[in-house]
Amino acid sequence: MELGFDVVELPPHDAPSEGDEAPDFVRPLVNDEYWEDTALSEVAPALLVFYPMNGSFPATYIWQEVRDRGWTDETDVVGVTISTPYSHKRFLDEYGVDARLFADPSNDVAREYGVEHDLDGMEGVEEPRPAVFAVDDDMTVEYAWVAEEHPEFPPYDEVVGAVDGL
Amino acid sequence: MTDHDKRTLYRLQACPFCERVVRKLEGYGLDYESRFVEPLHSERDSVRRVSGSRTVPAFVDPETGATLTESANIVEYLDAYYGNGGT
Repeated sequence: MELGFDVVELPPHDAPSEGDEAPDFVRPLVNDEYWEDTALSEVAPALLVFYPMNGSFPATYIWQEVRDRGWTDETDVVGVTISTPYSHKRFLDEYGVDARLFADPSNDVAREYGVEHDLDGMEGVEEPRPAVFAVDDDMTVEYAWVAEEHPEFPPYDEVVGAVDGL
Repeated sequence: MTDHDKRTLYRLQACPFCERVVRKLEGYGLDYESRFVEPLHSERDSVRRVSGSRTVPAFVDPETGATLTESANIVEYLDAYYGNGGT
């Protein structure tokens, strides 16, 4: 059956790849109780998940999948998007996700990682495109995946191998 | 960072009582971590576990083992311990 919709192809990205050093950053890191300025290097080894803002359906799909697959039992999983700490706290609560989320309203972290996505039809709003990086304890990228279409979802089965390696 | 090796201030954004403590900490040049909690008291169990109360500011000082609530108490403590005549 021919479905009349367009998947948007995203422009090329320059994200770090396996073997590169993961850029460090500090942002408020939100758990189910409070938030505190935290560096990625304090959290690593971890699975770093960039995702579209809270409230979008990709955000919901991605984190329900992370939850249901039990990734947070295996390793520290930290998300990054442009939503505020208040929004992150409600998001974790609403979906019962046992991860922590960095609040990056400026989208600077996504830009630093080369995974920014300038949203069409939302003037002045930019967010991360979905991307997953497994970062080991010396901040080396052990695995990297970046969305090339919008929407596109992480290859969950492939990421599991990276989780095992951390 | 482990949980209890740094001075920690549990605070609420834009809370004047919290800002009073912040000014005092900065005045004494003390390093500390800020943990922001929600306006709703029912969402503040992390503070209650630490201090026995859901009020903010709450302050934990691993150097002395002190855990304090209420800005007047915290300010008094900081003056006494880190102010003139303190260590």
